[in-house]
Amino acid sequence: MLEIKNLHAGVEGRPILKGIHLSIRPGEVHAVMGPNGSGKSTLAQVLAGREGYIITEGEVWYEGKDLLAMEPEERARAGVFLAFQYPVEIPGVNTTYFLRTAVNALRQHRGEAPLDAVKFLGAMREKIKLLELDESLLKRSVNEGFSCGEKKRAEILQMALLEPRLAVLDETDSGLDIDALKVVASGVNRLKTPQTAQLVITHYQRLLEYIVPDHVHVLHDGRIVRSGGKELAFELEERGYDWLVKPSLQPA
Amino acid sequence: MPATLTAPLRQPDPLGAAFAQLRQASPAWMQPLRQAAWARFLKRGLPTTRDEDWRFTSLAALAALPLAPARPGPAPRMEGAVFGTLPGPCLVFVNGHFAPSLSHVGTLPKGVKITHRAAQWAQEHADGCDETATATPSQHEGPFEALNAAFHQDGALIELAEDAELSEPLRLFFIHTATEDGSMASLRHRIIAGPRSRATVIEAHLGQTHAAYFNNSLTEIHAAAEARVEHLRFQDESAAAIHVGTLSLRLAAGSHVAHHSLLLGARLARCNLRARLEGERADCLLNGMCLGAGTQVLDHHMVMEHVSRHCESREFFNGILDDESRGVFHGRIHVHPGAVKTDAKQTNRNLLLSGEATANTKPQLEIYADDVRCTHGATVGQMNPDQVFYLRARGISQESAQRMLVHAFAGEIIDRIACQPAREELDRLVWDRLEQNPHIAA
Ligand SMILES: Nc1ncnc2c1ncn2[C@@H]1O[C@H](COP(=O)(O)OP(=O)(O)OP(=O)(O)O)[C@@H](O)[C@H]1O
Ligand SMILES: [Mg+2]
Repeated sequence: MLEIKNLHAGVEGRPILKGIHLSIRPGEVHAVMGPNGSGKSTLAQVLAGREGYIITEGEVWYEGKDLLAMEPEERARAGVFLAFQYPVEIPGVNTTYFLRTAVNALRQHRGEAPLDAVKFLGAMREKIKLLELDESLLKRSVNEGFSCGEKKRAEILQMALLEPRLAVLDETDSGLDIDALKVVASGVNRLKTPQTAQLVITHYQRLLEYIVPDHVHVLHDGRIVRSGGKELAFELEERGYDWLVKPSLQPA
Repeated sequence: MPATLTAPLRQPDPLGAAFAQLRQASPAWMQPLRQAAWARFLKRGLPTTRDEDWRFTSLAALAALPLAPARPGPAPRMEGAVFGTLPGPCLVFVNGHFAPSLSHVGTLPKGVKITHRAAQWAQEHADGCDETATATPSQHEGPFEALNAAFHQDGALIELAEDAELSEPLRLFFIHTATEDGSMASLRHRIIAGPRSRATVIEAHLGQTHAAYFNNSLTEIHAAAEARVEHLRFQDESAAAIHVGTLSLRLAAGSHVAHHSLLLGARLARCNLRARLEGERADCLLNGMCLGAGTQVLDHHMVMEHVSRHCESREFFNGILDDESRGVFHGRIHVHPGAVKTDAKQTNRNLLLSGEATANTKPQLEIYADDVRCTHGATVGQMNPDQVFYLRARGISQESAQRMLVHAFAGEIIDRIACQPAREELDRLVWDRLEQNPHIAA
């Protein structure tokens, strides 16, 4: 489904990702862990098509298409979804209006008729309950004045409405209390099917108790320095990153 | 005329001659008031850009006009006018002259009085006329207030007794149809809201001519204890017109005044917003936006005076500026000694849709009391790329994303209008106006 080969990316002359290899098949959940500043969000943003990052080497294939050649909106319509680490506040854009525009852009892409306001509201009400979000948020501007937990849950609400095939979750767990974490995790798990895949970026093994990964990768200084099964997450929790990182500093 | 004029008035001075004529025709009691105001105006003259309060806004275009008091002029078109279908009383002034056939007041709730100055003058004698405001101007009176006091020919008078409530909005229409350049309309409105009274008043300043007229309008609002007033001023003047609108607010204890200012039209529009929070726990909102295109200059200049303690003020102004237009925001917050626990906030955000558009923003805090919270913030720039990306990452096209963000800029301001039918109508109108702009879809 997703094939990242030797991806190098950075900003004006400063390399951040230094040769990422990652292969994700349908039905899989991959976790990416790693210290602050290791490049996790950069990877997520590059996959979503954020301008400003320069790709110097490598390629990314998504369902047989050259992902890096696609505009951000084309990627989204093709089923790639990024839950942002820091969802952006957009004062003046009504949340319901935004969500409906996004859903209808997707439907149009698939050749489906747009949902009218009533049908859309019905679909949304159902999801909003599952995420235990307050309906009054829908009347407010996108993310404006939302608490940290509300922002993260609103990201998952968007994911639930857009039903992506590849979801990239960038620290969706940070800032959540344990109850909110469970709600978010169950929202994510509900979207898991044999046809969909998830790339979960996190610092904490705690989230991975609820969203169980098939593979765990450790990102350090722009490279994946270790991959393993879910037990790797436990090991990281216990031992930190140093034991993985130090040997890589020595010449091979 | 004093040497401070931006451009020399032609000799012999036609405005002076027009003034002499107007004074002669006025009732005896009014003549000295007009004369004193005229003298104050002459002493001051038109400000220049050397004047700190006019640094960004040149009045050369006004000084070049052959100013003369507006004549009644052709009848306006009312069908299709903004707010035309709203319920409630309405007063219509055409080129500054009251138009009884277009106005209707109907039966008003108990304790509500709506009339206009000329009617009052015709009825009452000198001693019965309350013209104190023109007789004793505040020490901060600006030149346009003095000019208005010298020439004002009419204006709406609204009075709410204690606990009176005007349930439907009062609409005041100012329509300009004058065919000659320099036609000057000078109206002076007063809204007195008694204790615990409530009212919504909408001013619509509309142009239906290509002539370069001058609208010099002034509104005074006195909110007594715990009164609640919402006042909306919508300006969509003709492209050649010059609009100067002064708003003078006085807020007593526990009162709440919300003022919304929407500047769309005019070659040059300047709003002087003056608010004095005179009683404890008064609360004032100044909320405005301008939509500039061509070479328009749209200027909001406000002074928020925190005289009493525990008061709150909020100022939110957004500018959407295209072509070579210019938005000006000058916001002074003055916290007087003793005005402790003042909570004042001011933001000005400008969105530039073209490389030639500019925004001048100048916050000014003068704080003479302890224990206050004053914040201000200003931004000038293109669309926020993080916001554009966020929308695109949800499958929304770049074009729609940009359009949504421009609308949002306006929507943020319009959303603060409490009067629902007015808010909805403005929402549509501004949306349509923005959609006509080729730069937004591009
Ligand atoms: N647009 C940018 N401009 C300049 N530097 C950037 C930019 N984006 C990322 N960086 C830098 O690249 C490095 C990796 O950042 P990134 O946000 O990807 O890390 P992260 O692994 O997500 O960290 P965290 O755990 O704190 O979220 C950091 O040093 C960061 O400062
Ligand atoms: Mg990050």
